[in-house]
Amino acid sequence: MKRSSYIVLGVVSAIFVLSWVMKSMSLSEVDDSIMQGFLLTVSAFLTLSIFSFLYKDNPFYKFAEHLFVGVSAAFWMCQGFWSTLVGNLIPRVSESLSGFFMVPYQPGSFNFHYWIPVILGLLLLMRLAPKGGWLSRWPLAFIVGTTAGLNFIKYLRSDFIDQVSSTFVPLLGDETNKWTGVGDFFSNLSLSADSQFVALLANWVIFVGVFSGLVYFFFSKEHKGVFGVGSRVGIWILMITFGASFGYTVMGRISLLVGRLTFLFRDWLGLIS
Amino acid sequence: MRRFVPLAITFIVGTVLILSVFIPPAQDLNRTFTLYFDIIAVFAFFLGGGNLLRVHINKLRMKKRDWQFSIVTLSGFLIMLAAGLFKIGNPGDIATAVDAEGSMFQTVFNYVLNPLQSTMYSLLAFFVASASYRAFRAKNREATLLLIAAFIILLGRTPFGLMLTGWIPESFSILQVPNLAMWIMNSPNLAGQRAIIIGIGLGVISMSLRLILGVERSYLGDDNA
Amino acid sequence: MPNLGVIISLSVIFGGLAWLAYRSIKGYEIDRRVIFVFIGIAVSAPLLFPITFEEKATPIVERLFNRIDELPAGSRVLISFDFDPAMAPEVQPMANAISRHCLHKGHKVIFMSLWGTGQSLMTAALANDILPGFPEKKDGRDFVNIGYKAGNEGVLNIIVSDFRKMFPTDVNGVPLDSTEVFDGIESCKDLDLIVALGGGRPGPKEWVLFVGDPGNVPIGVGVAAVVAPQLYPYYPQQIIGILGGIKGAAEYESELIKRHERFADMPTPGLRMMGPQTLAHMVIMFFIIIGNVVFFMTGRKKVI
Repeated sequence: MKRSSYIVLGVVSAIFVLSWVMKSMSLSEVDDSIMQGFLLTVSAFLTLSIFSFLYKDNPFYKFAEHLFVGVSAAFWMCQGFWSTLVGNLIPRVSESLSGFFMVPYQPGSFNFHYWIPVILGLLLLMRLAPKGGWLSRWPLAFIVGTTAGLNFIKYLRSDFIDQVSSTFVPLLGDETNKWTGVGDFFSNLSLSADSQFVALLANWVIFVGVFSGLVYFFFSKEHKGVFGVGSRVGIWILMITFGASFGYTVMGRISLLVGRLTFLFRDWLGLIS
Repeated sequence: MRRFVPLAITFIVGTVLILSVFIPPAQDLNRTFTLYFDIIAVFAFFLGGGNLLRVHINKLRMKKRDWQFSIVTLSGFLIMLAAGLFKIGNPGDIATAVDAEGSMFQTVFNYVLNPLQSTMYSLLAFFVASASYRAFRAKNREATLLLIAAFIILLGRTPFGLMLTGWIPESFSILQVPNLAMWIMNSPNLAGQRAIIIGIGLGVISMSLRLILGVERSYLGDDNA
Repeated sequence: MPNLGVIISLSVIFGGLAWLAYRSIKGYEIDRRVIFVFIGIAVSAPLLFPITFEEKATPIVERLFNRIDELPAGSRVLISFDFDPAMAPEVQPMANAISRHCLHKGHKVIFMSLWGTGQSLMTAALANDILPGFPEKKDGRDFVNIGYKAGNEGVLNIIVSDFRKMFPTDVNGVPLDSTEVFDGIESCKDLDLIVALGGGRPGPKEWVLFVGDPGNVPIGVGVAAVVAPQLYPYYPQQIIGILGGIKGAAEYESELIKRHERFADMPTPGLRMMGPQTLAHMVIMFFIIIGNVVFFMTGRKKVI
């Protein structure tokens, strides 16, 4: 390590200790204030370590990043173990283990078949073994088969049939804006947000937009002539869609930053209430 | 054997799950297979953890670049694992939730995992801003449309949009930015997203069929694995 | 009347942007870290010197609010916390507001999660933010926390027809049969409303595909802004209302305060976040304008 690295490490350590002491003092009315002060300081240190990446990649960022990977993997393992293995498997396969884990035993004459996912699960772990990795294809095949079987029906119903059916919207008046003739339509023509014209325009855009969007995604025919016009309209609709998504993405990312800065200013520094 | 068994498993499970929708007595089999799936999913978490251990222990042993940080990963992993599996500091008995308030597991989640993950994603706010400045250009008609839509949404989703265009009379109120933003979301955005959803839906349906019928086999890898 | 801190912050930000515009037009290279500093200040200033705005619920938010408001007391509502810390700043305010609303209306609330991280966030939120406001509510009688199960949409595929097969007990090992909330509930089909909060997979979309549509159960969603536009095609046929991002949360909070006196003094993180949100949006719009002005001034060639 370079001399400058030692200096940076020393300064950061000093700030850490100072923050811990000050935070503990400010939380003196709370039980376990020293521990709370330490935990809040650790949180702030990790937050700032990640933010330090904005300047450039550095050991503090790498530390935080590596810690995240390790803690995260163990977190999911523990949640999975307690919630599903202890919560759903053990009550079906072992009375004594159910007693040990204090979960209500669910006896059943054919419960022995619940060992099948255990065997498949263990075969999945064969992927880590130097030999016999091919056995992990069996549980993988089960996962793929289940996902395919479940998704086939659900996507067909909700994302295809229902979506296509919702696209057939009234193009001349609907329940709230009844069509009463061309004369009425033009005499009441208005650009008010809840006017008939705006509502109908929205329905036209939906109807034309969905079909032209699908035309754009259809690559088995050259995009020329009428088909080309449809495809062109399709890409315009998609561009507006992506623009809207970009706007929302910006909004989402800013919210996350607000969340973190709120933590730093309120919980750590106590600058805001 | 190496290919036939997995293909048969996929076919049987996939077919049963599809048929169970049409044959009510088979619905119990549907639920049982799905429960198997949920249990195997936990073993997938174990596989992830095991793989992480293997990679980082190898990195340590071979003294690869940045091997020191592998100690951090392994320590974090083992501490969290111990805290969770042994329910260290859990206020209740063994049946109490692993993440009960006050447990070491929940404390590490609140003060380590939570700030790490949320800050990691909040970095994107800075990169989005930088991209807006450097790359978001009205280079052609399509890009201009994208830009205008984004602009209206950005403005319309804040109170500033109404402040700026609130003076527009009621008979033209669709031109008020918040109303225009709402209209874009409910109309062109809906149309575009629906076209994408239908496209993806068709893709999922055809891919599911290919997998169940054994036409698509890439998930099996090669025979040397 | 804005205070001095607000005026100084705005002057710094917009003065800085003017300087940035000048430098860019003159053709100077702008370091990315300068942009980062602007965003940092734009978000920090309204946090330190709060700027608050009035919010009014849009129809898409109001529809979900009204549904929860109009359900008779004792209705069974399931709230699913399907998010992680990366989405929490946006989704947690919605989760808190909707949970409070349901408990206040006397609904029997089932809390669950399809994400392991969601369960931990839910535990913390229930203990620190939601339940302290309802000391009269009893676990098992008025609400129940059934926690997380692994398996993503596999979990949904089971509970749409059989709750107890997937969740034999609540999060603390108490059998569901011994809880009052689950009296008469066999599956999701017996619920009056499901509110799915999230933004990833599994999340609101999976709730619609695997529970809402096949089980014919009304579903309302609260999602991270990134995902919100993708859910509009499901509204209003398959989803009864959408809270999109922090703006959706702010709208819901404002409606809750307006319509229910009890919540007049409740914490409103969503509404508070709209100040920084607004200023940051404006700064980003300025970035886009400056970038494009430079682009057109340099004959559409210049890449900053």
